Amino acid sequence: MRTSNTKKQRLIALFFLGCLFFNYPLLSLFNAPHAILGIPLLYVYVFFVWICLIGLTIIIVERSG
Amino acid sequence: MLQGWLILLASFAYLGVLFAIAYYGDKRADAGRSIISNPYVYALSLAVYCTSWTFYGSVGRAAGSGIGFLTIYIGPTLMALLWWVVLRKIIRISKANRITSIADFVASRYGKSTLLGGLATIIAVVGVVPYIALQLKAVSSSFTIVMQYPDVVTPAERAAPLFQEEALYVALALAVFTIVFGTRHLDATERHEGMVAAIAFESVVKLAAFVAVGVFVTFVLYNGVGDLFGYAGNHPELQQLLVFGTDTTTYSDWAWLTFLSMLAIMFLPRQFQVAVVENVDESHLNKAIWLFPLYLIAINLFVLPIAFAGQLHFSNGDVNADTFVLTLPMAGQRPALTLFAFIGGLSAATGMVIVETIALSTMVCNDLVMPVLLRIRSLRLNERRDLTGLLLNIRRGTIGLLLLLGYLYFHFAGESKALVEIGLISFAAVAQFGPVILGGIYWKGGTRVGALTGLSAGFLVWAYTLLLPAFAQSGWFPATFLEDGPFGIGLLRPLSLFGLTGMDQIAHAMFWSMFFNIGGYVGVSLMRRQNIVEHSQATLFVDIYDKVGDGSAPRFWRGTASVDDLCALVGRFLGHDRANSAFVDYAQRRGIPSVRELPADADLVHFAETLLAGAIGAASARVMVSSVVKEEPLGMDEVMSILNETSQVIAYSNRLEQKSRELEAATAELRAANKQLQELDRLKDDFISTVTHELRTPLTSIRAFSEILYDHQDLDIAQRNKFLGIIVKESERLTRLINQVLDLSKIESGNAEWNMTDVDVREAIDEAVMATSQLAREKRVQITVDLPDNVPPVTVDRDRLMQVLLNLLSNAVKFCYPADGHIAVRLYDDSGALRVDVSDNGPGIKPEDQRIIFDKFRQVGNTMTEKPHGTGLGLPISRQIITHFGGKLWVNSTPGAGATFSFTLPYHHEPAVEQPIERPLLMGGQHYG
Repeated sequence: MRTSNTKKQRLIALFFLGCLFFNYPLLSLFNAPHAILGIPLLYVYVFFVWICLIGLTIIIVERSG
Repeated sequence: MLQGWLILLASFAYLGVLFAIAYYGDKRADAGRSIISNPYVYALSLAVYCTSWTFYGSVGRAAGSGIGFLTIYIGPTLMALLWWVVLRKIIRISKANRITSIADFVASRYGKSTLLGGLATIIAVVGVVPYIALQLKAVSSSFTIVMQYPDVVTPAERAAPLFQEEALYVALALAVFTIVFGTRHLDATERHEGMVAAIAFESVVKLAAFVAVGVFVTFVLYNGVGDLFGYAGNHPELQQLLVFGTDTTTYSDWAWLTFLSMLAIMFLPRQFQVAVVENVDESHLNKAIWLFPLYLIAINLFVLPIAFAGQLHFSNGDVNADTFVLTLPMAGQRPALTLFAFIGGLSAATGMVIVETIALSTMVCNDLVMPVLLRIRSLRLNERRDLTGLLLNIRRGTIGLLLLLGYLYFHFAGESKALVEIGLISFAAVAQFGPVILGGIYWKGGTRVGALTGLSAGFLVWAYTLLLPAFAQSGWFPATFLEDGPFGIGLLRPLSLFGLTGMDQIAHAMFWSMFFNIGGYVGVSLMRRQNIVEHSQATLFVDIYDKVGDGSAPRFWRGTASVDDLCALVGRFLGHDRANSAFVDYAQRRGIPSVRELPADADLVHFAETLLAGAIGAASARVMVSSVVKEEPLGMDEVMSILNETSQVIAYSNRLEQKSRELEAATAELRAANKQLQELDRLKDDFISTVTHELRTPLTSIRAFSEILYDHQDLDIAQRNKFLGIIVKESERLTRLINQVLDLSKIESGNAEWNMTDVDVREAIDEAVMATSQLAREKRVQITVDLPDNVPPVTVDRDRLMQVLLNLLSNAVKFCYPADGHIAVRLYDDSGALRVDVSDNGPGIKPEDQRIIFDKFRQVGNTMTEKPHGTGLGLPISRQIITHFGGKLWVNSTPGAGATFSFTLPYHHEPAVEQPIERPLLMGGQHYG
């Protein structure tokens, strides 16, 4: 019961974190015509955040079983 | 070369494979060995979210407005994080109530309302038909393009005669497939295992095809991602796709689109179908909440490279960006890859169409057609014996009709808009379900009228701000309607309602529709009271996790019914065999031998209603059940509802009373347990302070004598030796004390090792007496032993038994009067046990002391004035040991006439399981046998 509740809270927190990182104003920090290894900065940022979100989800979900 | 026949053959071969998978899946399901019952298939089936709109349209959207296309996939990624909370609850509710579609969910939540179910169905159908048209368009135009291979020609906007286009044949083929696998038989849970297996397979195919094209474009046509973006960097019009800007995507559009797709992933009818209705086990969500987003990333990784490559490759702009996935491999002269890409697009489209039409057909049948048919008395449906065929045919007809509608929409309007726009319009339509469903599962106050108001307001605003403009752009409406507003009223212009500007069309429509939807739902709900059915359904939905089991929830129902009637009723919709076996199962669950003996009570009525709800929807099921339940004629009148209310209140208060009684009992138990714990805690504290006190005594004397020796180096040798002797003796005493404390704690906590063997007690006694004889001789005490000739062996730990005997004997020697001391050891049979008596002729023990000598550190006599004779732990340990053997240890004594310590050893004894809770660490000696 307790682990289930912790998992729930962690996932909800991650949701809000994701909303924050995927929105203005954080997005605007990366809204520049630069490139990393030839790939536009904004895309690198979005996909990086995306991958991180999934990674954290895996940790949260698979740990609590 | 790609011949037309080859493409057709490949397409039909692909559909054939789907058929085979679906067939196999159904067979396995019938055999009870589901192939879809694992989280990976579940996650893949959720990827039905990615339609041909993703497959072709993402690239088109990326080419047009840059990064904005990602919102459609970021929204679901975020929403997936909430699935464990929200979707799990929806699944739980749907399983408990046999809900089989979104419309059913809404109807069921708000008092099983037929009207609401119908409204929800209409919204879903109107919202989703354009989306189906979009799939048909994608398949037919991709077919046209591939047919031209190797020439890359965008199909002209040609006006083919009605019913003579490829799209029609696509629609027909899909209708047949869907009908065969979606409506093979009627099931109370509406699950289609074969279909889900096929959908999961399609998800693999479309991902593989898209990634294959992506890899080809990025690494074969160009030298990797950097190279491709490097070329793109030289084109200023491509450069601006890489950032947010006013021409491409604004931050506000981005946020609105993310929000929109968050709602879409939950409330698209096909998503509800695969995520909720087809869910086998809610624990599959665990994997799905990260696997599904991972799938979305994978299918989006190459969107931008393909879009840019397409823009660079077809720089004159005569090739539609929506077709780059297909036209780039064609331009690269890769027939096999082109075919694969075509099949990928086909799989994306078919997957969507199949699931969507099945979901919609369930809705249309259960929430739109059946309620109407059941109300038309002249059809006399109530009297027909078997309605299963009718139900199936309605669904088949609906599937055909939906695809026909999709085709017609495609024919008349399909050419006018980019793919992605239509998709977003559909998203916005189903997003209208968001407030009533999310509100419905977390807020008990939502009422039927509130939901009706909110849904219809949201839907109307959606139609006004999105659907009408789309029609107007297709030329079905005069364009002045958009520019000047209806009747020239500027404030009502559909694209800037009430003068709101500065948002894109979708964001604008979402804002106003949500404004009126949520406003209407909450506002009206707060103003109106719920009736009894609404109230009970609201409680059932919101408190789904609190429900203890199916049987315990109160049923707010009153009336009489007959088991036969109910069984026959269910049989008419589900088939008689199926109904019978369901009733037999139910009877067995309740422990009743046959269906005939079932009591026709509220539980049974509820059971029948739930069964029916699976087949014809909650609202219709309620109407049907009430037609065979005597006291409830079709229209519930006022008196009846008052009666119901009263009985509900009584049932509630009875339950409350019972609960509070249970609570009181539990509290009393807790209080007792707490008291016991406090007592034990106090005893433990006492014990610890005693131990420390006992340890301090020898330590103090050791320290005192050591200090004397240290300070007075000149003491004579005899004095020194005397003092050293005392130190040694006191150290030994300290060691013994510590050993015994450890020993006792081991025994009491159940951690001691017991080496149980068959022991001859006579031998043990002999040996113990031998060991004590030296001590006895020193004090000139005589020991006599009285043993019988023959005793049966007892199962004990021999060393522990010796410990007890030695302790009793040495105690006896200690307390005998010197010179004429006499100790008698006697062994004899005492009613099923061996009994050992050790008697001395010492001063005896006063009655008030007989109890406390078994307490730890209690010795008879004044410890302040007399030198202690032992550690005070010998007897408590002995008693623990004997208790472990299943016997008793006690003392009989008359002051002045010696004392007799006796213990018994039962012949047959299973060693007791140690119970440290009852006899906690270092506790005990309180019981006296």
